[in-house]
Amino acid sequence: MTRFGAFLAALAMIGSINAVRAADPDASDWPAVLAAAQGQTVYFNAWGGSQNINAYLDWAANVLESRHGVSVVHVKLDNTAHAVAKVVAEKSAGNSDNGSVDLIWINGENFASMKKQDLLLSEDWATHLPNWRYVDVENMPTVRTDFTVPTDGLESPWGGAKLVFFYDSARTDAAELPDSALELLTWAQRNPGRFSYPAPPDFIGSSFLKQVLHEVIDDPKKLKKPVSEASFTADEAPLFAYLDELQPYLWRKGAAYPKNYPDMKQKLADGELDIVFAFNPAEASAGIAAGELARTVRSFSFSGGTLGNTHFVAIPYNATAKAGALVLANFLLSPEAQLRKQDPAFWGDPTVLSLQKLPTEMRARFEALDLGAATLRPDELGPNLDEPHPSWMERIEDAWLKRYGVGN
Amino acid sequence: MLARGGWLTRAAPAATVLLLIGPVICGFLGTLLPAFGFLPGLGGKAVTLDHFRALFEVPGLAGSVGHSLLTGLASTLASLLITGIFIASHFGTRAFAVIRRLIAPLLAVPHAAAAFGLAFLIAPSGLLLRLVSPSLTGFERPPDFLIVHDPLGLAMIAGLIAKEIPFLFLISLAVLPQSRSEPALRLGRSLGYGRVASFVFLVWPSYYRQIRLAVLAVLAYATSVVDVALILGPQLPPTLPVRLLDWMNDPDLTRRYLASAGAILQLAVGGLAILVWFGLERVGAILVTALRARGQRCRKDGVVRSLSLAGMGLAAATVLASIVVLGIWSVAGLWPFPEAFPQTLSWSGWQRALAQMCSPLTTTLIVAIIAALISVVLTLLCLENEFRDGQGDLRHSTAGSQRESRSNKALLILYLPLIVPQISFLFGMQYVAILSGLDATFAGLTLAHLVFVLPYVFLSLSDPWRGFDRRFDTLAAGLGMSRQRALWRIRLPMLSRAILTAFAVGFAVSVGQYLPTVLIGAGRLTTITSEAVALSSGGNRRVVGVYGLVQSGLPFLAFAIAIALPVLLFRNRRGLRV
Repeated sequence: MTRFGAFLAALAMIGSINAVRAADPDASDWPAVLAAAQGQTVYFNAWGGSQNINAYLDWAANVLESRHGVSVVHVKLDNTAHAVAKVVAEKSAGNSDNGSVDLIWINGENFASMKKQDLLLSEDWATHLPNWRYVDVENMPTVRTDFTVPTDGLESPWGGAKLVFFYDSARTDAAELPDSALELLTWAQRNPGRFSYPAPPDFIGSSFLKQVLHEVIDDPKKLKKPVSEASFTADEAPLFAYLDELQPYLWRKGAAYPKNYPDMKQKLADGELDIVFAFNPAEASAGIAAGELARTVRSFSFSGGTLGNTHFVAIPYNATAKAGALVLANFLLSPEAQLRKQDPAFWGDPTVLSLQKLPTEMRARFEALDLGAATLRPDELGPNLDEPHPSWMERIEDAWLKRYGVGN
Repeated sequence: MLARGGWLTRAAPAATVLLLIGPVICGFLGTLLPAFGFLPGLGGKAVTLDHFRALFEVPGLAGSVGHSLLTGLASTLASLLITGIFIASHFGTRAFAVIRRLIAPLLAVPHAAAAFGLAFLIAPSGLLLRLVSPSLTGFERPPDFLIVHDPLGLAMIAGLIAKEIPFLFLISLAVLPQSRSEPALRLGRSLGYGRVASFVFLVWPSYYRQIRLAVLAVLAYATSVVDVALILGPQLPPTLPVRLLDWMNDPDLTRRYLASAGAILQLAVGGLAILVWFGLERVGAILVTALRARGQRCRKDGVVRSLSLAGMGLAAATVLASIVVLGIWSVAGLWPFPEAFPQTLSWSGWQRALAQMCSPLTTTLIVAIIAALISVVLTLLCLENEFRDGQGDLRHSTAGSQRESRSNKALLILYLPLIVPQISFLFGMQYVAILSGLDATFAGLTLAHLVFVLPYVFLSLSDPWRGFDRRFDTLAAGLGMSRQRALWRIRLPMLSRAILTAFAVGFAVSVGQYLPTVLIGAGRLTTITSEAVALSSGGNRRVVGVYGLVQSGLPFLAFAIAIALPVLLFRNRRGLRV
């Protein structure tokens, strides 16, 4: 054997060692996954700020325990980045197969970041899940592209999201409601101090900036690609011209901002704000049901379209209970779990499944859901605008902070 | 146990220092290395200053640092002045007794809960304005006034003052008996000095020396606090610790380098605040000396006295009102402006929360009790060791002063976790915990809490212990009691109130820990506080109300027991009654 041959053989061995070390469960061999998952405990790291969602996850945990012998523990996060940070710390400490995070609720920047740093279970597992066959891949491109980043099957879709606005019909005249970002500016000028957005880098606040950017940039196609250094100054100019004009008419004249979406919802209830927005079309109905919002709160959207995206679950590369995590991800995607999730009585989050692909009886149950008086029908939601590439969010957040984030 | 085997007491200081200093140093290294670019998990292997350069280019950094310094210094100065002057002018009065009785609930309310209560009281859509709207103000809608999150941080300073006053007052209660304040005050007044002047001239020097560490702890806390700053503080830009957490939470993982560099800056800011404080101490001393040298009697101090009473009353009222506000919100249905009471009431918030509270509650209790217990035992061992070395009371010790100062200096390290900002070593501590397999274990979590609990226990117990009248020990020895017997029969029972209070303080500190719980508990061990913060990120005031009350209830119980137990135990010992 030549020296080169020996080198190749050694390489091949290293390869095979890697293959052995990565003896990860294979989603296409589902019975094996179910067998391996038996008795495992899955630590599902998910935002814990909503009692509705927590109760929903409790229900899912009970089902999984009784059907598959998999225990699920909901690790309640106040920020998804904490879970990402944990995986980073574990990687630094050389813990590559006993990680404390088994499944993580994720999308957008966090996903892009984890994917880039190789922190995710890396081979396409999501499209091999048994329930993937129901997913609406045809009409919902966002189930496979997360903020323009291809998911490559490294995360499994869990629910849809769309930017929707809310107002209290007892206080605000529905006829005057804006139908675009520009009309929103005029509305704010007529109603000073009654509109605001959470200060970026809050997720919802940044989303508002992206919505405006979409509407005012000369060519929205630019947003599908990473920021171009050459044209960024020109690209951001109309956005900040818009914000400069809006600034004096914001709540507190822009000297303070709502903390996040729930804070805006509270301020709508308090009567401090008149128009607020969220990423879940059923949020108003759920808020009314929970006694947090007045019964007169209603929703509206822009006929030109608003941002829409999908949220996912992903498995870190060093998860301890990978098989269990696969079983949970598959269950979360099942028609049964998605139906309960879309029901505003439990959560009200739009499904990622295609009703056409479902068995007739299931489809009927989806169609029979009462989405609540304050929720827009799917045909009233308006078209979806795609999320820009994550680099846009970073750049406009930084630009925003430089302009408005440091006071005067 | 305390006295048997002198080795146990002799080993105690070293063990205590190790227990504290180990995690802090490891943690600090774990922050220092990434600040200079070394973080293998993210591929950072070269040492560089780039991250500090990037840090100083962050827009508004100077403003953030300025806000941290200003709020820290202003709130500490104000709480110290109000507490000190209140004690000076009202010692022995009914107002003093009332505040003394209120101390347990005032201390028990966590900072975040009090801040939330204050925010809801003073906001334009808050309770105070609702009470007078629209009848007096004509407001049908909340006015667009910038009250909370004001750029000067006044709301935040007020929130901090309201919570720091009770803490300083508690420490003062332990210290006052040794400052021989009563005879001194009587002497001063008989010479024609006003109440405040008598206190400042005669009692203050020894009083301040004894509470100085607590004051510095307050300063360090106020300069690096996150939760109060989020709820009440300025936003454009926010204080430095808030920005650190933002960077740490940024999805762009490379921001962690920036966060680490910022944590080192935070350390420097904390140091600077302390230096400025030393300067203020000097200025204060010069002023007092000048006043005294002029022979000023300062008899007309009525305004100052009323001001201190108003400050103390406002602080107490704010904290108590925040409990009421939390209580109402915990059962509120819809509660629109300008109504002063919710339209509907519902128990659903409590029902849901109680269903999910069992396991975090158990973890909270186990960790808090064990951490407080270990802290009390270690503190007692250290103090007894110090006593046996004849170093107990500084004023009485003659020999071995060199050893004494060395040992005291070593024990000063105990206060390191109080002075060094949590945020500057916790992320490193998490890293070390994972390396050693201690993350997500009860042992690891208890150890992490211990780092913060032990200093507070030591702080609250050392003064009563050192100030204990040594003639009792001498008397016991004269009656033929062994040291061990004297300890168990005389000293510990007589100090039982102080010991139980120290335990309660430690318990409360443990219950309130957020970042250590999240980072070391790794989400698998959760406490009431970590759950409360996660849930309150949803901004639902009903949830905030429920968890705020539970968070306040646990320490309150501990303080109540600490107060009630000695009364029960010693109901037939008149000298030990309050």
